[in-house]
Amino acid sequence: MSGIIEVVGVEKGFEAGLVLKGVSFELQKGETVVVMGGSGSGKTVMLRLLAGLLSPDAGQIRVFDRNIEHLSEEELLPIRRRLGYVFQGAALFDSLSVYENVAYPLREHTRLPEAEIRQRVMHFLSLVGLNDTVLGLLPSELSGGMRKRVGIARALVGEPEVMLYDEPTAGLDPTNSKLVTELIVQMREGVCDSAIVVTHDLELARSVADRVAILIDGRFAAVGPPAEVTVSSSPAVQAFLAGEARP
Amino acid sequence: MESALTRSIMWYGGLGLLGARVLRNLALPPAYFRLVILEIETIGVRSLPVAVISAAFTGMVFALQSAVNMARFGAENYVGPVSALAILRELGPVLTAVLVGGKVASGITAELGSMKVTEQIDALRVLGVNYVKRLIVPRLLAAVVVFPLLTVLADVVGVLGGMLIMVTERGADPWGYWNTMTYWVVPRDFLTGIIKSAFFGVVVTLIGCYNGLATEGGTEGLGRATTATVVHVTMGVIVADFFLTKLLLIVFW
Repeated sequence: MSGIIEVVGVEKGFEAGLVLKGVSFELQKGETVVVMGGSGSGKTVMLRLLAGLLSPDAGQIRVFDRNIEHLSEEELLPIRRRLGYVFQGAALFDSLSVYENVAYPLREHTRLPEAEIRQRVMHFLSLVGLNDTVLGLLPSELSGGMRKRVGIARALVGEPEVMLYDEPTAGLDPTNSKLVTELIVQMREGVCDSAIVVTHDLELARSVADRVAILIDGRFAAVGPPAEVTVSSSPAVQAFLAGEARP
Repeated sequence: MESALTRSIMWYGGLGLLGARVLRNLALPPAYFRLVILEIETIGVRSLPVAVISAAFTGMVFALQSAVNMARFGAENYVGPVSALAILRELGPVLTAVLVGGKVASGITAELGSMKVTEQIDALRVLGVNYVKRLIVPRLLAAVVVFPLLTVLADVVGVLGGMLIMVTERGADPWGYWNTMTYWVVPRDFLTGIIKSAFFGVVVTLIGCYNGLATEGGTEGLGRATTATVVHVTMGVIVADFFLTKLLLIVFW
């Protein structure tokens, strides 16, 4: 294996039972993998495992050539700084303004002068289609789409090598959903070329994926380019794509 | 379903592990000095009215009760030292820890719990920020500074409150009262209370932080965690007080 992220036989369970039952896949540099599956299929759990927010019960997770499953919180920090994570609900710091949210990683990890921080914040906010009118606003004053875009800008400002998107279009209206989809395409073409996107949005998957992996019953039922996966012979995959998937 | 015993063991275990992580993180960079100062203001300055008012009335009521009952044994002259010893050794540090601690710790639980349920703590973690160092260590360091300072203030106000009542209600001579008190009370009485208060600061803050970080179940869970913190802090301070008193009596007596 030679991917920048490699997952081998990962299992993860909670009180209700096993969610992931031996999942394996890898992400190559310059690739965007979209993980799809119904609600509760373990997509977000997998993304959280990759960022070290959860530990697997079994299996190996290798990120940037380092096995992360047994690392302590402190040992995980430098690895996480190379990842950009976009939460489903954006997870912006609610007591900080938009500007301070986006500037946060720079203030924590660099000693850049304020002028440089401001320049970078403005650059990444403009990349996600926001201008200086939102700088002083608190997250509670933003729409869902704007919150998501600020979350993307905050994840990008540290110039990560891999982006991890958790349901980036969930809860958005069609216009904002299209905007975020275009943004992800734009990011992979310029700012950060490797990404894992977790979603149940077929349109998003078709637009951004090099490969699609469909998670059903704790395992990948199909993995491959979108065109291949959509004609998969697996009845479970076809049922999922037709919107008839069982929970 | 977990039994109450299992939950208790997990809670104490979790609290101990968090304490160990805080100790390990004390030595790691960055120092977050600015946050420590901010927390000193949040925990300390905003708790002044609670500490002062409770200490004043506790000192007054203790002196009043002591005077009335010690008069029955002809020992009213010793109300000063008895009140001062009680305030310096027990009432000052314990009441400050329970009252200020309950307020501070429930506030910490509410803040961290809210951050937990809205994934803001996970956001810190994925941004490569050491959340123990960023959120817990500054609060703990501030508490170690603030609780002894508030206790000193509570001691002074409590002793003066007792003296005020003795002078105004019982007609005691202020100089006589003061002289008897200072004859019997030694620096050790004051210092053991201050040592206890620093320890209580750690207990209170750690409980507040742990319950906040362990919050589950959305806003309902947040409410439960905040309520539990007040109970845990009160019990924690009272139980810790016994063992600390025993230890300090062995070491300093």
